[in-house]
Amino acid sequence: MPDGAMPVLDVRDLKTVFQTRGGEVHAVNDVSFALRPGELLGVVGESGSGKSVTMMSLLGLLPSPPADVRDGQVMFGGKDLLKVSMDELRAVRGGEIGFVFQDPMTSLNPVYTVGFQLMEPLRKHMGMNKRQAAKRAQELLELVGIPDARRRLDDYPHQFSGGMRQRVMIAIALACDPKVLIADEPTTALDVTIQAQILELMKELRDKLGMAVIWITHDLGVIAGIADRVMVMYAGQVVEHAPVKELFGNPQHPYTRALLKTIPSIAGERAARLTIIEGQPPIMGAAPSACPFRDRCDVAFERCAHENPPRYDVGHGHDTACFFDARTGAPRDA
Amino acid sequence: MLNYTIRRLVLSIPTLLFIALVIFLLLELAPGDPMGQMPLTIPDDVKQRMREALGLGEPWYTRFYLWLYQFFIVEPQYWIDGIFGTNFADGAQRIISFQSRSPVFDTIAERLPQTLWVVGMSYVVGVAIALPIGIISAYKQYSVFDQAGTFVSMIGFSVPPFFSGVLVIVIFSVQLGWLPSIYDTTHQVVDWETFKFQLQQMIMPVMVLALQTTAQVSRYMRASMLDNLGQDYVRTARAKGMSESVVVMRHVLRNSMIPVVTVIALGIPSIFGGAIITEQVFKVNGLGQLLILALQGADIPMVMTITFLLAVLIVLMNLIADILYGVLDPRIRYD
Repeated sequence: MPDGAMPVLDVRDLKTVFQTRGGEVHAVNDVSFALRPGELLGVVGESGSGKSVTMMSLLGLLPSPPADVRDGQVMFGGKDLLKVSMDELRAVRGGEIGFVFQDPMTSLNPVYTVGFQLMEPLRKHMGMNKRQAAKRAQELLELVGIPDARRRLDDYPHQFSGGMRQRVMIAIALACDPKVLIADEPTTALDVTIQAQILELMKELRDKLGMAVIWITHDLGVIAGIADRVMVMYAGQVVEHAPVKELFGNPQHPYTRALLKTIPSIAGERAARLTIIEGQPPIMGAAPSACPFRDRCDVAFERCAHENPPRYDVGHGHDTACFFDARTGAPRDA
Repeated sequence: MLNYTIRRLVLSIPTLLFIALVIFLLLELAPGDPMGQMPLTIPDDVKQRMREALGLGEPWYTRFYLWLYQFFIVEPQYWIDGIFGTNFADGAQRIISFQSRSPVFDTIAERLPQTLWVVGMSYVVGVAIALPIGIISAYKQYSVFDQAGTFVSMIGFSVPPFFSGVLVIVIFSVQLGWLPSIYDTTHQVVDWETFKFQLQQMIMPVMVLALQTTAQVSRYMRASMLDNLGQDYVRTARAKGMSESVVVMRHVLRNSMIPVVTVIALGIPSIFGGAIITEQVFKVNGLGQLLILALQGADIPMVMTITFLLAVLIVLMNLIADILYGVLDPRIRYD
């Protein structure tokens, strides 16, 4: 990874496998990435591309069995999170790394008040007493823009709207001043106006609090508006990784290019049909021995069926996992 | 909540009156004659006069009205008199058993302690065992513990107490001679030795009945825990860094208890119904045995009163279950 600053989170060759009745499913295959302090890393990919599973593997949040984080290294604060004890891992979860989930309607416990759920991590990680935690909880709700915060601490989740609940989730994730915030499609379940509000809020909070953010989404529009760097995932692998301007201006991987073409344009004449990428992403029954995208790729050639491409550095902090060099329009040297 | 409770209590009055009518009419329709067990040497016209002396010559609506009057007016008066030493009842006619010619409520009050001790205790024991089994079974789904729990539940569901009761008598009373096979209701606990004996004679009936309760409640608990363990909020709690015990015992358990509490509350009336078969097997002369004997002797006032008291308890427990629902689940508000 180029650029100076020490990464706050450094993931190397992460491999996660699910044991199912039909055999193994290799959901995450050798994923590596580094997150620098204060940056916002966007992770895009279609459903089932391993975005969420990757992030949950980092913190051991996948139910095991069936999930098995088989290999790799997750360096955070000088420790490998895959090797630390459960107690150390719990101190990181919710303390130094906050997590916001996709569906705010079901992510909060319906039988406890919002204040109670917000104070739980404060009391556990920051060792606050009840009064201090209540004060901080109120500040947090104000921070995420919930009006009348003091009174709302005593309300239950069902008394909040979807957007407000997601704000509560964000407040919980931010409670202990995390170094990293992982947001797993936090706006997918919300309508567009609320989505815009949450995006604004996240940008504002990141600037105010200076934490690094990993933002998982399948919405390229959201990524373009918010991310510093983007990682495109396909079949459990990183297929392209670049600064956001570079990715949108100079996409290298055929999958990224196909994805960008699928964004409908509101300018110009209306297309008769929306562009799609033909075919389905593969279910990885084994560790990949060929390029997983080859069946849907328009530049695939013989080599793609025999070898899984490594990530080639193409300059400007940009790398892509493809044997075909889009710059020259020819295959790379073997 | 208070409004709701009062509204429900008021509404339960017509419900109970209707239930009383149905029970009365069913008993009216049922075959059986209180004189059926009298010696055949008693002439028919004497029997007829005896029937009339019991009030059976009156039309059904008169008898129903009298029963209602006695149940709701006279009996409470006697009850109040008994407590405060007043004289509201003033010698009014109480509900009298056809068989024993003694007040029905006195007999019930005599039998209630045995039933509460044995059946009530078995319910408490059963629930106390079932909850942890259900929780652990769900948390360690498909583990050896879970499989064993499933197996024991299956036995509890499928083996009737007239079999398991006799089986434990054969093993623990006949073969091993550890425990008495007959429950001695005249036994009084005065010191440590008599307390030990009381425990000994309670063990078998409580065990047999608790097995059934445990089987049922542990399955409900397990299913409810499993429903909740897969919920998103559980993942949130883990992502907040909560320990597993907090995740399970605080977050999951409270949600899982909501349906289980209803099941437990609705099971309470059946305690008072006594365990008819188990009480027979162990010779516990509780309410279940009383009801069976009353049915056999066509003792209409006794059957009617016990059955109606059960109906009252069922209506009451339904109300309590609904109120508990509102207490446990903040999404449910009644007002």
